[in-house]
Amino acid sequence: MKPPAFEYLAAETLEQAVAALADDEAKVLAGGQSLVPMLNFRLLAPSLLVDITRIPGLDLIEEDGDGGLRIGALTRHHVLETSALVRDRFPVLNAAMKHVAHLAIRNRGTIGGSLCHGDPAAELPGLVLLLNAQLKTTHRSIAAVDFFASALCTILADDEILTEIRLPALASRTGWGFEEFARRSGDFALAAVCATVSLAGDNVAEARIAVIGAHETPLRMTSAEALLTDRSSISAAAEAARDGVSPNDDLHGSADYRRHLIGILTRRALTAAWQRADAL
Amino acid sequence: MIRVTVNGVTYEREVEPRLLLVDFLRHRLGLTGTHVGCEQGVCGACTIILNGDSVRACLCFAVQTDGSEIETVESLGTVDNLNPLQKAFQEHHALQCGFCTPGMLMTGVDLLRKYPLATDAEIREGLSGNLCRCTGYEHVVRAIRSVVEAKNGI
Repeated sequence: MKPPAFEYLAAETLEQAVAALADDEAKVLAGGQSLVPMLNFRLLAPSLLVDITRIPGLDLIEEDGDGGLRIGALTRHHVLETSALVRDRFPVLNAAMKHVAHLAIRNRGTIGGSLCHGDPAAELPGLVLLLNAQLKTTHRSIAAVDFFASALCTILADDEILTEIRLPALASRTGWGFEEFARRSGDFALAAVCATVSLAGDNVAEARIAVIGAHETPLRMTSAEALLTDRSSISAAAEAARDGVSPNDDLHGSADYRRHLIGILTRRALTAAWQRADAL
Repeated sequence: MIRVTVNGVTYEREVEPRLLLVDFLRHRLGLTGTHVGCEQGVCGACTIILNGDSVRACLCFAVQTDGSEIETVESLGTVDNLNPLQKAFQEHHALQCGFCTPGMLMTGVDLLRKYPLATDAEIREGLSGNLCRCTGYEHVVRAIRSVVEAKNGI
């Protein structure tokens, strides 16, 4: 269908955008790759769309301290996919972007938009959880783990705009793994698991596991992370991740099938992360 | 009022905010080469190039493109003078009814610019967002492969 009628404002500053969002039927428009389909389906009928893509300075990728990055919320997925700075510091982000939809969507969709849309099967919400990101808004800074409230809902206020994703540095011997299962390249994941393993000598200094597509928000699997002490414990951690999720049955797969996938994908992601860490 | 340059020609038009870019191109500028399929970003038929990047023209409002440069399938070649990708589609029988072809071509243009396309798997992954309901994808992959090989002097 065609979208319902709305007013349009191309905001020039964040202040102007925040003020316009005081209208409680207003919506932020960035890349529009999630919002415009919802408008075309007439699932939404906002009175006003506040286009923030012309506000300068929100699409920069900058180094932050020793090994961290600050990534502007208007950065397009394809930029994240190809950025040398991102590849150098957070290669898991580069690699995961190839799983996000298709090139034409990655060219237009913004990472802030994906995070604020909060689709439980989308990659970026899981990745910011994995990387302990701080999400900076016009009002405050929010830890990624607190950002997602439920499916398609975040804790952002109606007039609050996500401006920047801050990624703290990873330890020097950190490897990563990203494993996704989708029925067709570019589709939303049936399930995906991302992991990092940081080694100190032959021991695990820190392991992180984030799961996508198993719950109404992305999940950090902290109990499974704690089980990863050495290489032989990868299977135990994978089983704990599998047993730690309660996905729903739906058209695309049963709960048991999804749990099974999460066990397998966790084992693969941890194995890849371990191998990469071991090679450093 | 928006001002856009489409295939090298600059247009100024009044647009209603809800007018999708694909409808603007077709109905307001008469450029009907770009097709409207699903209107939800799934089928890829409306793919065009906006400021150098392929995008879905059904997931973008015309009003957002003020000041932009747009390339549509009409920019590629003419019936008498096909461009190399169009010629490859013809030679490899990469279309049947032709409805998906403008989107396939514009996606192909961007894939050829951005990725090495060293393997058929990479081409298939790149085309996975463009649906064809009649001829299938094998011949489209072959057509794009032949352009990659010509470019690499194979």
